[in-house]
Amino acid sequence: MLTLGGVSAAYGDRRVLEDIDLSIPDGALVSILGPSGSGKTTLLRLIAGLERPTAGRISWDGADLARVAVHERGFGLMFQDLGLFPHRDVAGNVSFGLRMRGDDEPSIRRRVAEVLELVGLPGSEGRQVARLSGGEQQRVALARAIAPRPRLLMLDEPLGSLDRELRERLPLELRTIFQQIGATVLYVTHDQEEALGIADRTVILREGRIEADGPPESLWQRPPSAFVARFLGFRNVAPAVMVAGGRATTPWGQVVVAPDVPDGIHSIFLRPDAFTPQTDGPIRGTVTGRLFRGDHVRLRLAIPDAPPLEIEARWTPLPAVGDELALAVDPGGVVVLPRGADEATAGTFPA
Amino acid sequence: MRGRTALLLGALPLAFLAVFFVYPVASIVGMGLDGRDGGGGLGGVLQTWLAPRTLDVLWFTLWQAALSTVLTVLAALPVAFVFARFEFRGKRLLRALATVAFVLPTVVVASAFVALLGPRSPLNDVIEAVLGAGQRPIALDGSIWAILLAHVFFDFAIVLRLVGGVWAQLDPRAEEAARVLGASGWAVFREVTLPLLRPAIASAAAIVFLFTFTSFGVILLLGSAGTVTLEVEIYRATAQLLDLPLASSLALLQMSAVILLLLVSARVGERLAVAQRLRPAEDSARRPRDRRERVTVAATTGAMLLLLGGPLAILVERSFATSAGYGLDAYRALGQTGARSGLFVPPIEAIGNSLAFAVATMLLATILGLLAAAAVAYRRGSVSGGLDALLMLPLGTSAVTLGFGFIVALDEPPLDLRTSPLLIPLAHTLVAIPFVVRATVPLIRSIEPRLREAAAVLGAPPRRVWREVDAPVIARAAAIGAGFAFAVSLGEFGATLFIARPDVPTVPVAIFRLLGLPGALTFGQAMAMSTILMILTAAAVLVVERWRSGQPQVF
Repeated sequence: MLTLGGVSAAYGDRRVLEDIDLSIPDGALVSILGPSGSGKTTLLRLIAGLERPTAGRISWDGADLARVAVHERGFGLMFQDLGLFPHRDVAGNVSFGLRMRGDDEPSIRRRVAEVLELVGLPGSEGRQVARLSGGEQQRVALARAIAPRPRLLMLDEPLGSLDRELRERLPLELRTIFQQIGATVLYVTHDQEEALGIADRTVILREGRIEADGPPESLWQRPPSAFVARFLGFRNVAPAVMVAGGRATTPWGQVVVAPDVPDGIHSIFLRPDAFTPQTDGPIRGTVTGRLFRGDHVRLRLAIPDAPPLEIEARWTPLPAVGDELALAVDPGGVVVLPRGADEATAGTFPA
Repeated sequence: MRGRTALLLGALPLAFLAVFFVYPVASIVGMGLDGRDGGGGLGGVLQTWLAPRTLDVLWFTLWQAALSTVLTVLAALPVAFVFARFEFRGKRLLRALATVAFVLPTVVVASAFVALLGPRSPLNDVIEAVLGAGQRPIALDGSIWAILLAHVFFDFAIVLRLVGGVWAQLDPRAEEAARVLGASGWAVFREVTLPLLRPAIASAAAIVFLFTFTSFGVILLLGSAGTVTLEVEIYRATAQLLDLPLASSLALLQMSAVILLLLVSARVGERLAVAQRLRPAEDSARRPRDRRERVTVAATTGAMLLLLGGPLAILVERSFATSAGYGLDAYRALGQTGARSGLFVPPIEAIGNSLAFAVATMLLATILGLLAAAAVAYRRGSVSGGLDALLMLPLGTSAVTLGFGFIVALDEPPLDLRTSPLLIPLAHTLVAIPFVVRATVPLIRSIEPRLREAAAVLGAPPRRVWREVDAPVIARAAAIGAGFAFAVSLGEFGATLFIARPDVPTVPVAIFRLLGLPGALTFGQAMAMSTILMILTAAAVLVVERWRSGQPQVF
């Protein structure tokens, strides 16, 4: 069990992480998601011992790690830029941790063959790392990190440098590998789909603080804040005023919300797939943009005096640019966000 | 650019090399094989090579070079580490100090060590004051220790620059990965850092070995009868024994040894090469964080300051020392002539001579060097590679051999330059061209072809492209090359000693003559001249340094 209590970190005057509380139970597969500069990599480097926290405590099974040197922690870390040893072949890289531990030759050879098999590079022991493709290098780095059977495996943007095709295929393989080795895994990425897809639990970082922490499905279905909604790629976030009778007034029109929402100003998020055409629907606008996406079309709907709405249309006939639409919103796709309206309109989130 | 253009650019430098390098060297070979008196031909040469005296000299040359190389690497590695990993105040200044030490004329360095380790050392004054009159135990000039120390002083910058440059650019990720995988500090160094640095250490060591193997001024001024290298032996055979065939055979031995060395080091370099990704140096250095790191930085840089700054400080101190404390006596005496100066002319005239030769060398070497650099840089492949190697040859050939070659080849028709004032600048140009080429080729190669393409697509005709994209870079390269040529000419000693006429000495030659004379005043004059030469050279090099970016470069 890894526990972080009130951990902060800084580079010079720049605060990178502030007051992080986190506990990761044994065997968990947790992804850490955040825009670049949110402190994800620093978090891993702190846990590995490569950086020292300015405040707070990092412990494993209750024992403080502050005085445990990097090489005595027994954690695995796969760097974003891999850090393969260019002067050693594949076997020399993968066996490094085993040799440092003092394993004997035959058992090292066995284990190297085993993990290379696991990552899908059987028999590549003698190859030069510089001659490997990006995907193969990434597998070697993973094999090197898991070979000593670390009690905690940390991966920093493991798919970061790969092309789209690999990025889509590898998460499945990785998940299988993580299940096979049974280690606790911390998986850092800035890619929303990757983070939500691979893990059982996702922690979202924002400017050095934990913004959200929960199962991917619930983060996706009901983002806990305007920031999370926007960071997950949703654009339909705006301030809303609750009125009596479970209704809310938004810039786009009136929508139905859950009856237990207290009165006052909130932020509201309309899921893009929650819209249906309805002749007397409360939301009326003109289609100004249209992207074909296979099973749906993505529309941009312009509404006077309101930010544009993003809508996933699955109905027929498919609307065209210039069409006037009248739409209703399914109450299940209306999410009232706990944070203030100021955040909802602040549009400074990276896509 | 097409091959024809490259050849056209290279034609002038090639012709220069043919006349002033290949022809003299060929004359030496011819004379060695002629062997005018005694057994001629190859047999005569081999007889000289295998003579006990030659073997002794060769053995000494080899082991002093090997020991100097090991000591230099050992001294510079910790500093390279501290420079690569830590950011601290005075770093730029210390790096400049190492560079200045590297380019200082050999006679200045030798003078500094005579001042530091000779019987006139101020250290002896201190010891005498403590232990009583007559206790002056330091007289290390003439010993191997003075030579080794001077070599470490000189070549420190080579290891610092080459190894430190690569060290700063090593991917810190590999070391961090090793730590996470369970390697302690020492294991990280042994298993990851050292193997990655090995190619840089090997190539730095090869250069240091080559320089110390062909060391001349330091050995001549600091050595004794027991410490004779091949270079000094060639000089002795020419200037003292007047045995030119012997000198030719020895020069042939020297050239063969240097060629063998270059071949071996190229082979070793190939075997050690590691394909690795280097990263920009800035983000791997940081301020020392705890007491241990601060002590490491302070101790290492302190030792470096003592090693490099100490001798120079004492050189300056000695130049102001008089019988009654401190004053400008030695500097005033530079204007005097006759018996008191020990030269045919007032020493101050040597400064004028040196400056005039340096300006002439600067013009010649910059023009020829830039033409050659352009020929090398604008075209990759075998033509450019061959030209590049050919241009480096004078660097591998010892200065003494060059000077000797000039004497042998250029003293009779068709080319009789014995009395020409151009003789010295021509020799200096030969020595300076490799430095100019080495300093400018990377710069010219750094011009992005994309920039030229972009300029052309934006509507610039070829001439305009050259003016807008290439010319500014080449102008900078020219300035850098000129600075180097100037500094090289100021300090050149080995070749000049052979060809300088007694009534037109250069500063290094004047210093050498002054140091060879007894008496406190000539010693003071030598120190004063050395100080002036040090300041002139340092100024030239520091101006050049300002023009350069922070890539790892030897020269």
